[in-house]
Amino acid sequence: MELHDVWFILIAVLWTGYFFLEGFDFGIGVLTKLLARDRPERRVLINTIGPVWDGNEVWLLSAGGATFAAFPEWYATLFSGFYLPLLLILLCLILRGVAFEYRVKRDEERWQRNWEHAIFWCSLLPAFLWGVAFGNIVRGVQIDAHKEYVGSVLDLLNPYALLGGLVTLSLFTFHGAVFASLKTLGDIRERARRTATVLGLITAVLAVGFLGWTQLDKGDTSSLVAMIVAVLALAAGLVMNRLGREGWSFAFSGVTIVAAVAMLFLTLFPNVMPSSLNESWNLTVSNASSSAYTLKIMTWCAGIATPLVLLYQGWTYWVFRKRIGTQHIADAH
Amino acid sequence: MDLALAPETLARWQFGITTVYHFLFVPLTISLAALVAGLETAWVRTGKEKYLKATKFWGKLFLINIAMGVVTGLVQEFQFGMNWSDYSRFVGDVFGAPLAFEALIAFFFESTFIGLWIFGWDKLPKKIHCFCMWMVSIGTILSAYFILAANSWMQHPVGYKYNAATGRAELTDFWKVLTQDTTLVVVFHTLTAAFLTGAAFMVGIAAYHLMRKKHVKVMRTSLRLGLITLVIAGALTALSGDQLGKVMFRQQPMKMAAAEALWDKEAPAPFSVFAYGDVDKGHNKVAVEIPGLLSFLAHDDFSSPVPGINDVNKSEQQKYGPGDYRPNIPVAYWGFRWMIGFGMASFAVGLAGLWLTRKKFWLAPGLRTGDEEPPNLALTKNKVLGVRLSKAYWSLAFVTLGFPLIANSWGWIFTEMGRQPWVVYGVLKTSSAVSPGVSQGEVLTSMTVFTLLYAILAVIEVRLLVKYVKAGPPELTDDDLNPPTKIGGDHADADRPMAFSY
Repeated sequence: MELHDVWFILIAVLWTGYFFLEGFDFGIGVLTKLLARDRPERRVLINTIGPVWDGNEVWLLSAGGATFAAFPEWYATLFSGFYLPLLLILLCLILRGVAFEYRVKRDEERWQRNWEHAIFWCSLLPAFLWGVAFGNIVRGVQIDAHKEYVGSVLDLLNPYALLGGLVTLSLFTFHGAVFASLKTLGDIRERARRTATVLGLITAVLAVGFLGWTQLDKGDTSSLVAMIVAVLALAAGLVMNRLGREGWSFAFSGVTIVAAVAMLFLTLFPNVMPSSLNESWNLTVSNASSSAYTLKIMTWCAGIATPLVLLYQGWTYWVFRKRIGTQHIADAH
Repeated sequence: MDLALAPETLARWQFGITTVYHFLFVPLTISLAALVAGLETAWVRTGKEKYLKATKFWGKLFLINIAMGVVTGLVQEFQFGMNWSDYSRFVGDVFGAPLAFEALIAFFFESTFIGLWIFGWDKLPKKIHCFCMWMVSIGTILSAYFILAANSWMQHPVGYKYNAATGRAELTDFWKVLTQDTTLVVVFHTLTAAFLTGAAFMVGIAAYHLMRKKHVKVMRTSLRLGLITLVIAGALTALSGDQLGKVMFRQQPMKMAAAEALWDKEAPAPFSVFAYGDVDKGHNKVAVEIPGLLSFLAHDDFSSPVPGINDVNKSEQQKYGPGDYRPNIPVAYWGFRWMIGFGMASFAVGLAGLWLTRKKFWLAPGLRTGDEEPPNLALTKNKVLGVRLSKAYWSLAFVTLGFPLIANSWGWIFTEMGRQPWVVYGVLKTSSAVSPGVSQGEVLTSMTVFTLLYAILAVIEVRLLVKYVKAGPPELTDDDLNPPTKIGGDHADADRPMAFSY
């Protein structure tokens, strides 16, 4: 295996980490309107991710930075090609981050309500748009001989990619509901479990459709295995949720995300961004990657930093392991 | 296409706007993280309540500020790919690595430990809680280091070779990128300027409260800490700025010639303090000059020749082919002066404050003040005059609290615009760096959207800062004074509200 193959895997790992972690915090954001009945309940939900959402988001920055360094051509084509959707994602992430931090800084009703709208929409839209983006990457887009995206925004809104968007949205929301049931107490915990069941069933239908489509179109044996793992894990997550085994349910909804992302990257390899115009214009791990020297340095960095990150981020989850309920939310600030 | 709305022009405006805006928050974040960590350490070591109050007060302002720094940083990482895709293709091999290091090493540190610090008051023993803030502080400094290494490579590319087959710059020596003189001097200068910024902010706000005789105990401590930091950081900023100037005279003679609006070679070269007239056309209506000083700044002696804009333009034409290699001269000229002027004004305010608040001097013992009253800044035994002078200083310190922010902004505008027409000096022109596939409408959309959003957020942020500055330090509760002794919290009452919740 060459270093650029290793980096393909590492970038897949970073995106997987991002979707696993920010997946549930996007889900929590969406659930503030689907699940919570009043402001204290919304606050309970938001506080389940309070200490960790920022750290989760850095997985995106790492995926972006690593793509820039390891596959500059991929980075350049992807972000200049998907310009407007990416702009929308960035705007959402900006508003969402500010909303978490600033919502409680004033007591006025209108102030708090506005930030709550921001948290909902700015969680929902990126959760959907990331699926659309990855749907398009896997499907292939109009890339010309100069590695430039020459399609329009409307080309990105095709049925396959839109279905991909619905899958990430429902899967992340399911993942978030399971996380909510794992981290909360009382009434909201019970409702989170019931909501998770509904969301899990919707996700199952959408995911089987999307992953099946992917498998028929691009799949091989390894992607089929990943697909089966994803579907089985989703089913297991649903069962565990019904049984009230919240930890297991969360582990399985996580495995679903890991397997689904793995499947997408497996169907992609050795391309990083196939061209729908001409196969010889595909961006591949070899024609889009950095020099061997850069990859070697990056490998050292990732090899040392990633385990440490997992260690101290894991510790954070341990420190804040206690469940919270409305009784833990203080009024004044 | 109308040149004013060409995608390149718009992309440059967008980069300028988003970067200067982002950099309003970065220096405050870097310095306040360390200052808050210092205050919390003082609390852990002495147990004095004033330190805990100060930690909470400055910590809150720090959090309002870092939130904006983090979210505007997102834009910085992705706009290289969005607006500058040919730049990204050309330099990704070199430039991407420090960026990835920044994310993997610094951002994870910052973001994870800030979460622990915000929510950890009732979950972590005080030493570990304090340790978390130090981790945040280290994260911010590492982040500055990596991004400045990347930027320094654009100013002075080293450790790479051009690969004609792939048509891009490829890394050959990463260590050199991280340790070249430009990087080290720029890091030093930017960090010292960051501390100048945070210190002026602290001094200004402390002065605001002291003028009103409110929260005196906490604010006296803050004032003293701020003043000492301000003076040390100010002196080091000047020193590092001088070093940076010398490096730039060697590496980017055009930038420094433009900074001086020095059109033709002079020996000895004078430093222009203020030029009246059209610096874009010539240097003939100069008002104030210091003879020989420019020679000194460039070469450490008062007589060596310094090449002018026309000389450098000619030599660059010989080296890189026909073209105009002059940056926007008025921006470089005035940007350089405003940077130095605003930065040094702040340093002067700090020096005056430090001297006025010294413990001993010829103040009569009756004029000295205790912990519970504002320091008496009187230079006279005349009480009425003394009160007036004190008030004048407090107002001055408050009014100048944002001066270093202005200096920082002009510093960046000067250093980035002074390098034009190059994006990577001597290697890649800015006009060859933009995204060829991105339309005018797309760049115009994103520039408009970011500018509007940033403007709205600026209003929100400033109002919040004002609200929390006015509110002053919080009253401490028993929970604040008795932090948990084990990780995860040890309060017997499981239903106790969280110390902090969103």
